[in-house]
Amino acid sequence: MDIQQLLSERILIIDGAMGTMIQRHKPEESDFRGERFANHSHPLKGNNDLLTITRPDIIREIHRQYLEAGADIIETNTFSSTSIAQADYGLEALAYELNFEAAKLAKEETSSFTAKDPSRPRFVAGALGPTNKTASLSPDVNNPGYRAVTFDDLRIAYREQVRGLLDGGADILLVETIFDTLNAKAALFAIQELLEERGATVPIMVSGTITDASGRTLSGQTTEAFLISVSHVPLLSVGLNCALGAAQLRPYLQVLSEKSEFFTSAYPNAGLPNAFGQYDQTPDEMAAQIEVFLKDGFINMIGGCCGTTPDHIRAIAKVAANYSPRKPVVAA
Amino acid sequence: MENRTLKLSGLEAVNITAASNFVNIGERTNVTGSAKFLKLIKEDKYEDALEIALDQVRGGAQVIDVNMDEGMLDSRSAMVRFLNLMASEPEISRIPVMIDSSKWEVIEAGLQCLQGKGIVNSISLKAGEEEFLRQARLIRRYGAATVVMAFDEKGQADTYERRIAICQRAYELLVANGFPSEDIIFDPNIFPVATGIEEHRTYAVDFFRAADWIRKNLPNAHVSGGVSNVSFSFRGNQKVREAMHSAFLYHAIQHGMDMGIVNPTMLEVYDEIPKDLLERVEDVLLNRRSDATERLLDFAESFKGETKKRESDDAWRRESIESRLTHALVKGIVDFIDQDTEEALAKYGVPLKVIEGPLMDGMNVVGDLFGAGKMFLPQVVKSARVMKKAVAWLEPHLQAEKLRNKGASRNAAKILLATVKGDVHDIGKNIVGVVLACNNYEVVDMGVMVPPEKILEAAKRENVDVLGLSGLITPSLDEMVHVAKEMEREGFKIPLLIGGATTSKLHTAVKIDPVYSGPVVHVLDASRSVPVVSELVNPETAAMAKARVKEEYVLLREGHARKQSEKNLIVISEARSNRVQFTSVHRPAKPSFTGVRYLTNFPLKKLVAYIDWTPFFQTWMLAGRFPQILQDNVVGKEATKLYADAQKMLEKIVSENLLQANAAVGFFKAFAEGDDVVLPEHNERLFFLRQQNKKAVSAPNYCLSDYIASPGTDDHIGMFAVTTGLGLEDLVKKFKADHDDYSEIMAKALADRLAEAFAECLHELVRKELWGYAKDETLSNEQLIDEKYAGIRPAPGYPACPDHTEKKSIFRLLNAEAVGISLTDSMAMWPASSVSGYYFSHPEARYFGLGKIGKDQVEDYARRKKLSLNEVEQWLGPVLGY
Repeated sequence: MDIQQLLSERILIIDGAMGTMIQRHKPEESDFRGERFANHSHPLKGNNDLLTITRPDIIREIHRQYLEAGADIIETNTFSSTSIAQADYGLEALAYELNFEAAKLAKEETSSFTAKDPSRPRFVAGALGPTNKTASLSPDVNNPGYRAVTFDDLRIAYREQVRGLLDGGADILLVETIFDTLNAKAALFAIQELLEERGATVPIMVSGTITDASGRTLSGQTTEAFLISVSHVPLLSVGLNCALGAAQLRPYLQVLSEKSEFFTSAYPNAGLPNAFGQYDQTPDEMAAQIEVFLKDGFINMIGGCCGTTPDHIRAIAKVAANYSPRKPVVAA
Repeated sequence: MENRTLKLSGLEAVNITAASNFVNIGERTNVTGSAKFLKLIKEDKYEDALEIALDQVRGGAQVIDVNMDEGMLDSRSAMVRFLNLMASEPEISRIPVMIDSSKWEVIEAGLQCLQGKGIVNSISLKAGEEEFLRQARLIRRYGAATVVMAFDEKGQADTYERRIAICQRAYELLVANGFPSEDIIFDPNIFPVATGIEEHRTYAVDFFRAADWIRKNLPNAHVSGGVSNVSFSFRGNQKVREAMHSAFLYHAIQHGMDMGIVNPTMLEVYDEIPKDLLERVEDVLLNRRSDATERLLDFAESFKGETKKRESDDAWRRESIESRLTHALVKGIVDFIDQDTEEALAKYGVPLKVIEGPLMDGMNVVGDLFGAGKMFLPQVVKSARVMKKAVAWLEPHLQAEKLRNKGASRNAAKILLATVKGDVHDIGKNIVGVVLACNNYEVVDMGVMVPPEKILEAAKRENVDVLGLSGLITPSLDEMVHVAKEMEREGFKIPLLIGGATTSKLHTAVKIDPVYSGPVVHVLDASRSVPVVSELVNPETAAMAKARVKEEYVLLREGHARKQSEKNLIVISEARSNRVQFTSVHRPAKPSFTGVRYLTNFPLKKLVAYIDWTPFFQTWMLAGRFPQILQDNVVGKEATKLYADAQKMLEKIVSENLLQANAAVGFFKAFAEGDDVVLPEHNERLFFLRQQNKKAVSAPNYCLSDYIASPGTDDHIGMFAVTTGLGLEDLVKKFKADHDDYSEIMAKALADRLAEAFAECLHELVRKELWGYAKDETLSNEQLIDEKYAGIRPAPGYPACPDHTEKKSIFRLLNAEAVGISLTDSMAMWPASSVSGYYFSHPEARYFGLGKIGKDQVEDYARRKKLSLNEVEQWLGPVLGY
């Protein structure tokens, strides 16, 4: 079934954190390396995306758990699968493969769930993370005009990622955790360029990140400025994820809800991290906070980011079933 | 067609609606229009050029036009460089950018620098439809709006008819190709008037008519133009030009022009244009008379040379030097920083004092605003740059100062910074680096993803004085612990600073501080890094700073452990089977007497040496250990004064015997039975509680009764009650009458200290003589305070035995009322300055905190004490773990 159609009927559920779930398996350096990268030059522990290749069983299991918990949309394990982000591990050359395999693996899981219940189609969102470099901020305070990465560097890296995701079978492309809108614009540019070349249309989701109490992205944009900056693309949705818990996210979701001509999405963290960097918001607590803006009618897609688990998604799905989806704003 | 709003963005949103009136586009950052800007760019003075942009924003520009089209410039790289610099100035990048160039490659390079939605200026049909649409599609893909010039294959439109024909054609092409109508801004060409050429007479009128037609016939499209062109004939005559710009805008806006490139500082208020001048200007613009040009030219002569005074909001310049520096730091204004720094130096005398005083004060304001979400990161980075500039100005003075102080001077401390392995975030760390460098520290920055061995190797090689670790993501916390362990293993002693978004004081205290014996300090934000470092590297303050932070972290850890122990309770039977195992067999010593003895009027003079002064300062809310507290940077002065006053009063109390020190001490035959201690000769039973929290392997669940032998071994338990509070009421009565609160609190605090000292003194007497199990003990007062002695003297109501009601047994057995100490119904001792407790002689006895206990033990305890559960729970409230 067409996702646009579904979104006008009900609130769709996005899955929860990948990193949190991977941590439960406590993977060691040897897990990350597997046989194939046993002699790789760089330490690989922490390169979660690599597990798609070296420990696919873990990633598959996590996808399955989220689908069982009620996720309509699962995200591929490709947050850092660009040549730019993988350069830290000396694995630039692996970018295409990481995306292809991650999308393929996720698609196998959604296909089997959809086959079991065709009335509940499940979707794979190919995740494009922000990379670890910013195109509109200088990493060198003494040289504010300097840029560690250019638009074209990003465009080329994202293009490779999008190729892998589409070839692997992603149903949706999700540009997420955007802390610098220029990075996202490069990703969107690459997507549109590639889709045009292929004569394809694929729904595109965009999700920004409000990083601190000032209510802005890391690169300094307000929520509305962020929305305007990505609105040139015919998007499926614009939303927010990460950095904040559901309660803190509400005012910014309200801005999107009031201004956006697209569907809105939100996948907040399980509260704010405690002093040890852990998220301890329970599924019920989180679902209760989310219910507040479901009730307000701000949301079309809802899920979880850092610290969330299948139990969180289950609790959120249960609450979301009671509310109708938001109606996007008609242009003015 | 539906109505749609042109939406633009910089860091903030700009919605251009019908109600927006007129959008001002700043034009001074244009090499073709501003000689000053061109000169600065050519001379590579980009920072100064940036000030022109800032000037435009402050002057009211809502969009900022940037143009680098000049034959001698590499326009593409100049555009990229300037846009990137503008992006680092939040006050400028707040508003949308207009990328102004006639070269497509310059426009495209510019578009790749904008995170917001800007405007391209401009494209046209000059090179045909295909190229026009190719550019338009790319502009759309980069997410910008565009200006379309009224220009086609045949040239620029200079008549009304050509204007509207080209605009209509361009509009239809764009809309048919999916370009949003609201993102189209037409520039129907503003040409100079009053040139003396006949054909030019209608230029302004034609523009007005074209604007009107576009707005009526091309839905949602906008009309813009470069206004200063119109007055080109009057270059050098500011007054006339300003009047022409205002009058032109006045009429153009009425005809539907809704955006324009104008220099807001070169604009007269329409109503303030002298009537005679306005009349002549409008004659020209509206082509009202054939001699309009000549009349205006004649009239203009009289205004030559007159310029409008520049006005900007400079009220803050009249404030004090300190406020000015703060203002400059908060607003990121570099314009006056050199002169202000110079003035501050004159006032403060020493360059370092300027840095540590007003400049750091300003940075603290920045830190607070950032913390409160009232400033955001790019602004803070800008503040850091102002700071850097101020320090750069002070630099030669700092050097000179160093030369003057030769001998006494030392090299600036060296600080190594690194983002730990697995983490790539470094913005915060970079800010710390800048702030420290600004404060004259030498900073070695190792970058991101630095493995521990590299960090330690560099620390050794560079011989650094401080190591700072940064990280943003959660796994970095563990990595920091790892680095700290490695530092300990390799025998490092240098201070370790911890910073970054997920780090916290608590994590640092609980996880990092215990694994490294050197100083470990969590630094909340960049602004705090300087005071922390300066304290830790200064040999005069380092030891005290270390002791203070270590102590603070111990307290945090204990508090945390208490909270944690609320969870993880084991059942009481399991706790009892995990009682302490002693390392050697204990043969209890026999006390010199059994039963009770009383000491009355014990010489106060003997107690003075036993006083632990640290809690005395705590009473007065001064934190720190005695005697270091007397030298403390913050409270040292106050502490010293307080200590002197205390000494004076103490001397008076001692010499005049204003307080009476009495004690009761007793020893009783005893054996342990379960968690109780039985006093067979007195038919008494003492009840104790056992730790019930889940312990690490090899750690026991303590209970005080474990320190008493089981039946069959000849063992004893001791008890005591001391007071130094008798007479205190009379003493404070006098102070009360004088309303002398200070002396009253002082007297009470001293009485409390004396009671504790008496307990300490008596305990020593017990160990050495009365019980005599440690006859050869020689311990200093410091060692006593640190509890280095054998055996313990826990008191009911305190962590090891929190049940206050057990005091009843002590008071009954000692008959403490005989020496004037009694118990109130709420189990408080009277006089207040009293201490009571048990003596355990077991050499392995130690103090511990009970922690939380389970309901199973509380029920058992109630049964043992023959009290209702309710009553027991009431007394044990704070330790109930359920």
